[in-house]
Amino acid sequence: MAQPFRLSRGGRVDRTRPIVFAFNGKPVHGYAGDTVASALLANGIHLVGRSFKYHRPRGILSHGPDEPSALLSVDRGPGRIDPNNRASVVEARSGLRTTSQNHWPSLEFDVGAVNDLLSPVFVAGFYYKTFMWPRKFWDRVYEPFIRAAAGLGKAPTQADPDRYANRHAHCDVLVVGAGPAGLAAALAAARTGKRVILADEGAEPGGSLLHDTTSQIDGRPAADWLTETLAELDGRENVILLPRTTAFGYYNHNHVAMTERVTDHLTSAAGQAPRERLWQVRAGEVVLAGGAHERPLVFADNDRPGILLAESLRVFLNRYGVAPGRKLVFATSGASAYRAALDARAAGLDVTLVDLRLESDCGPELAQLRGAGVEVLTGHTVVGSKGRKRVTGLIVAPVGSDGRCGGRRILPCDCVGMSGGWTPAVHLFSQSRGKLRYDDAIDAFVPSISAQAERSAGAARGIYDLAACLTDGFAAGAAAAGSDERQAFKATETLTGFQPVRIMPTDANPTKVRAFVDYQNDVTAKDIKLAVREGFQSIEHVKRYTTTGMATDQGKTSNMNALGIVAGQLDKALPAVGTTTFRPPYTPVTFGALVGPARHALFDPIRTTPIHEWAEAHGALFENVALWRRAWYFPKAGEDLHAAVARECKAVRENVGIFDASTLGKIEIVGRDAAEFMNRLYINPWTKLAPGRCRYGLMLKEDGYILDDGVVARVSDECFHVTTTTGGAARVLGHMEDYLQTEWPELEVFLTSTTEQWAVIALQGPKARDVIAPLVDGIDLSPEAFPHMAMRTGMICGVPTRLFRVSFTGELGFEINVPSDHARAVWEAVFEAGQAHGITPYGTETMHVLRAEKGYIIVGQETDGTVTPDDVGMAGMIPKAKKDFVGKRSLARPDVVASGRKQLVGLMTDDPKLVLDEGAQIVADTNQPIPMRMLGHVTSSYWSANCGRSIALALVEGGRERMNGHLHVTTPDGFTRVTVCEPVFFDVQGERINA
Amino acid sequence: MLLIACPNCGKRPETEFRCGGQAHIARPADPMTVDDGGWSEHLFVRANPKGVHAERWCHIHGCGRWFNALRDTISDRFIETYPIGEQPKSGVKPGTILGTSSATQSEARA
Amino acid sequence: MRRFSLTSLLSESMRGHTGWGRQWRAPEPKPRYDVVIVGGGGHGLATAYYLATVHGITNVAVLEKGWIGGGNTGRNTTIIRSNYLYDESAAMYEHALKLWEGLSQELNYNIMFSQRGVLMLAHNIHDVQSFKRHVYANRLNGIDNEWLSKEECKAFCPPLDISGSLRYPVLGGALQRRAGTARHDAVAWGYARGADNRGVDIIQNCEVTGIRRDASGAAVGVETTRGFIGAGRIGVVAAGHTSTLMSMAGVSMPLESYPLQALVSEPVKPCFPCVVMSNAVHAYLSQSDKGELVIGAGTDQYTSYSQQGGLHITTHTLDAICELFPQFTRMRMLRSWGGIVDVTPDRSPIIGKTPVPNLFVNCGWGTGGFKATPGSGHVFAHTLATGTPHAINAPFTLDRFRTGRLIDEAAAAAVAH
Repeated sequence: MAQPFRLSRGGRVDRTRPIVFAFNGKPVHGYAGDTVASALLANGIHLVGRSFKYHRPRGILSHGPDEPSALLSVDRGPGRIDPNNRASVVEARSGLRTTSQNHWPSLEFDVGAVNDLLSPVFVAGFYYKTFMWPRKFWDRVYEPFIRAAAGLGKAPTQADPDRYANRHAHCDVLVVGAGPAGLAAALAAARTGKRVILADEGAEPGGSLLHDTTSQIDGRPAADWLTETLAELDGRENVILLPRTTAFGYYNHNHVAMTERVTDHLTSAAGQAPRERLWQVRAGEVVLAGGAHERPLVFADNDRPGILLAESLRVFLNRYGVAPGRKLVFATSGASAYRAALDARAAGLDVTLVDLRLESDCGPELAQLRGAGVEVLTGHTVVGSKGRKRVTGLIVAPVGSDGRCGGRRILPCDCVGMSGGWTPAVHLFSQSRGKLRYDDAIDAFVPSISAQAERSAGAARGIYDLAACLTDGFAAGAAAAGSDERQAFKATETLTGFQPVRIMPTDANPTKVRAFVDYQNDVTAKDIKLAVREGFQSIEHVKRYTTTGMATDQGKTSNMNALGIVAGQLDKALPAVGTTTFRPPYTPVTFGALVGPARHALFDPIRTTPIHEWAEAHGALFENVALWRRAWYFPKAGEDLHAAVARECKAVRENVGIFDASTLGKIEIVGRDAAEFMNRLYINPWTKLAPGRCRYGLMLKEDGYILDDGVVARVSDECFHVTTTTGGAARVLGHMEDYLQTEWPELEVFLTSTTEQWAVIALQGPKARDVIAPLVDGIDLSPEAFPHMAMRTGMICGVPTRLFRVSFTGELGFEINVPSDHARAVWEAVFEAGQAHGITPYGTETMHVLRAEKGYIIVGQETDGTVTPDDVGMAGMIPKAKKDFVGKRSLARPDVVASGRKQLVGLMTDDPKLVLDEGAQIVADTNQPIPMRMLGHVTSSYWSANCGRSIALALVEGGRERMNGHLHVTTPDGFTRVTVCEPVFFDVQGERINA
Repeated sequence: MLLIACPNCGKRPETEFRCGGQAHIARPADPMTVDDGGWSEHLFVRANPKGVHAERWCHIHGCGRWFNALRDTISDRFIETYPIGEQPKSGVKPGTILGTSSATQSEARA
Repeated sequence: MRRFSLTSLLSESMRGHTGWGRQWRAPEPKPRYDVVIVGGGGHGLATAYYLATVHGITNVAVLEKGWIGGGNTGRNTTIIRSNYLYDESAAMYEHALKLWEGLSQELNYNIMFSQRGVLMLAHNIHDVQSFKRHVYANRLNGIDNEWLSKEECKAFCPPLDISGSLRYPVLGGALQRRAGTARHDAVAWGYARGADNRGVDIIQNCEVTGIRRDASGAAVGVETTRGFIGAGRIGVVAAGHTSTLMSMAGVSMPLESYPLQALVSEPVKPCFPCVVMSNAVHAYLSQSDKGELVIGAGTDQYTSYSQQGGLHITTHTLDAICELFPQFTRMRMLRSWGGIVDVTPDRSPIIGKTPVPNLFVNCGWGTGGFKATPGSGHVFAHTLATGTPHAINAPFTLDRFRTGRLIDEAAAAAVAH
């Protein structure tokens, strides 16, 4: 297929494998190995997008990750559409659908371009100065307008069908970047036998060697050296070579994060392969060899499509066999662009080069290029460009020694390659918190003092000569691997002379010149100067005020130019202005890669009990409690929550209910000092608790507030079976271990979590004993032998059990602890035995109602981290003689002993049918003005079928003094009146529990 | 993510650990004799140094043991880890500012 | 001060914007000020502004060791709301919210306060109880906050998935419609410009290295990298660096400084209309006017001054975002960063006197300080001007840790700020 700008030969694309993809609905032909950018250029397509603010036509600036302008939406199939892809890094393949962004109705004709005419108004920070009147217009008019104008592409709207993977790896030496320096480093490190990972963001390792068609390394073509080196690395078992892998973040302690693009380049994804893989590497040593980025020149209208970076132009020529134009002009202030010009000339293109440097400042490159028959204009500046949707000419002028411009001349062209020098990619070094140093000779910041175990090599630290890069890389790799081995490479000399320039000298009115510094965010040199004039002098302020460097490329091409302009404007040396902090990621990283498989049950594990499937089979609905799924209620046909819970509640009080309490936290506390340890951890006394007896325990944090509660059984003198709340298990164990290990290491106590070992089947109701009697062996169940708050060991259904006689319902009750593996069998046997007694399974909602009828608190519902034992009426549990326990001292603080604290009470609504909202607030007087004085809130509120009315628990200021008084509680529509009562609504005498 | 040398298990990623804040804060032997100000100090006032910090860590997803560490809160670098109930061996005092400018590669590797 | 308006903007656009002057001066420090404010973040600058405008005290310096607004002011996710539970907090944040509502006009600086609404999602029954407790308490405090069913949540925030298939399904939410976001940098700049215009000296690149006290123990000035500066009263408003500064005056603080991370995505066209917070899964999300998704992550577990946290904190936050909004997995993280937040034991601020005469402190805002900026500055200015706290900051004393009268929003509701 016609690719009019594809050179007849050359490049690393595979001309035997043609591909076709769509750009704005039209087919674009290319070859395997192309990027979207190179294929577009092969077809003469330069206009690929519209800029952020002014909607100026924009083309392809670069060949790599620093591309600011050529951002496309890429559609890889249903649910696989995403915006802002850099055309320069997306590997072209058949089937891709790419579209340009930020225009309406079309790329060629964009109404938004009217903004370009308003550019005199839309300067840096203009929005801070207006859009303030009338006030209401901000939310309704201005902001929606600004929001609609901002943003380039469109966010995906469908769930992503792709999968993402995570991998953790360790290595001795991680080498980032597989250009000459990185390859030499990897080679040196690998030869020591150390474990090496070499990661490169490109589809093919090699970096600049992939487009260096003229250099020799150690007597052979650079490409051959590359092939041999890769073969050697590939052949070593101690080397992992990762192409398409971008190291994006350098975190603490040599933790480096990288993303590998696994399948985006494949026409048909292989099986279940993930789209991307996040590598988290913990490296002994890191070699940073990420190369350098070329700087654009800052001149008027330097943003026209067809104006590229000079080295990128060379890459398109040599690596992709694409001529981005036929009549080229190079504009430069350094020697490296001469290499590009020579290569273009060698490809048979019409070439002119404009160099800002004076003839006398140029090196051997000048003679070389002129020798190739190229016109070179030294001492010339660029004052503008011609064209609109494509550059048609470059306007140049000689610059005198006084800085004045001479007569303008238009150099007709269809493509420009510009070079304003190079900026070492110090991003990862800076992220590692290493200190940078400004190197005057190359006008760049380079790594200086390391903060972590890393070293930079090659262009990443300002070494641009090929042989020097190789030698430097090898030395870095060897040193990283702890070897003294060094190797001096010989290579063709690289053209490296350079003279820094901030803004190209011009004869135009500076207030009219629009010379772009940050292409994507449409920040001009003028904007930066305005910011400085307005007092924004720190580079961070300038960035934030103008938005330079804040776009998706994060300023890779613009930061040094911006910094230079600020320094110039302030008349300060560049290092005095400082550099901005580089933050992760180096290039944007998909959320998917960062999230990996951590979705749904892998986002947070779902814990279920051995009874879970039984409950599911019996129609239970479930609720999330901490990580657990707990049976919430068991509706019968036609029942809603209300009806089911009413039935379950009645069943427990009239017959018997069965409840899965397995989620309760359980901790086995054993050892000589177990009782002493318990004494120190709980407010209660434990020394005299007899083996086989239980006690309700309450535990505080050191600040005196309730941490957790639960029934504790003394199994033997030196063994306690502790239970905790469902959500508090890990917290309580952690709390105990902390005190045991760090405060009282002298105590001989061992703590073991047994939550998963014991399943708990709660059997509650007057017929509970009758149900289990036939199933239990070796335990006398009579009330005399086995009273309330006792624990016995024996067998049930042939399985060993710790049988608790305890109750969270106020009924006769047992909690059957059995090993989890047997729980389902025991549960079913108990359920079967209970059929004759009307046994009813119930869930957490009924459990909540029944305990509220009795006024039993739930930690986390009645308490909230600011509640003391006295607040919930439990101060009486604290023995007077107890000298100390965790939290005791805090209970004596002035505000904790002060009157007027919120205390637990019951509330009864005037209207017995009205169920209060949990969380509703309580006031004494509804006629007071706002803000009203609130006395407390409703902590629990239910319909009680057993009481035939609604019930509620509440924390109320001075509540115990308010018995039988009236208060008012908020409702969705207003207030309702309630009467304060004791927090117990059923079986006030508590007789049933001892049945 | 930090890499933490558990005295029992060796170097492990931070996600296996829980940080317990400032180390060497002994619970008063008889808290009831401490006045309100002193108790508030015990509960709430922390060194929070910009520099070397003595802190407690627990290898909860490993050996489950608590231990102490000296860490520079400017660089997040650990100077040492040591058992509960012991003092640091390095002799570096909490609160010391190590000074980042003097950090060399060899220090970074320590 | 050149007034900002459409007219002045248009007239400047005719002449290349050459007429705009500095938004604030870069003065040399004077030997002495009536009030020296240590810390040029939003709170410090607002304090200076209100000292000048409300109390007529203009011989004031704001000392900033770096560049103004460069700390947590410029690093937070800009969520503004006032639907706090306790009366003390509600009064503070509502005071701030009322000031936010007219702030652009008052400062003559568009700080882009956007009342797009903050929706807090409830994912379990405990959340429902807690949020209703907030809604009712807010109502009686005159603060707007309403309970939404999950269908109403979806209508307000269409990207939300209420199908029930999530790991933690959405059961409903609490919405404060007056809540929203603002442009954080502009807040610092607007206050700086306003304060400077009334005579306040804003001195950047001036690090405080000591607090000088006289024989009686009273603070009399600060040693700085630009020399000694005398002060009638000193207000330390230095967030994560407060412990260090206060220790220069011999005052130990109940503070710890933690790294707090945030991140933004690449900018996209409007796709997310409001602010969504989910405490159960730890996700905070909004879309900036620039089009970036702005996402707040949690703090690291250890104290640090490195302004850098671990990647696992960021990924955990994105896990939560993508669990709630699976359509965003193909979005890309553009930039992540860390701040240093100063956290008190009850996660409420300390604003007021210290044991050292003439030395005042405003700190401990933890992860939630940005939203309070105007209110905090306003009441702290009152405290500095009069020597006694404003009624609104009176409960936020240092002494509450001794008495036990804590203001623990987080413990009360498991609601992060």
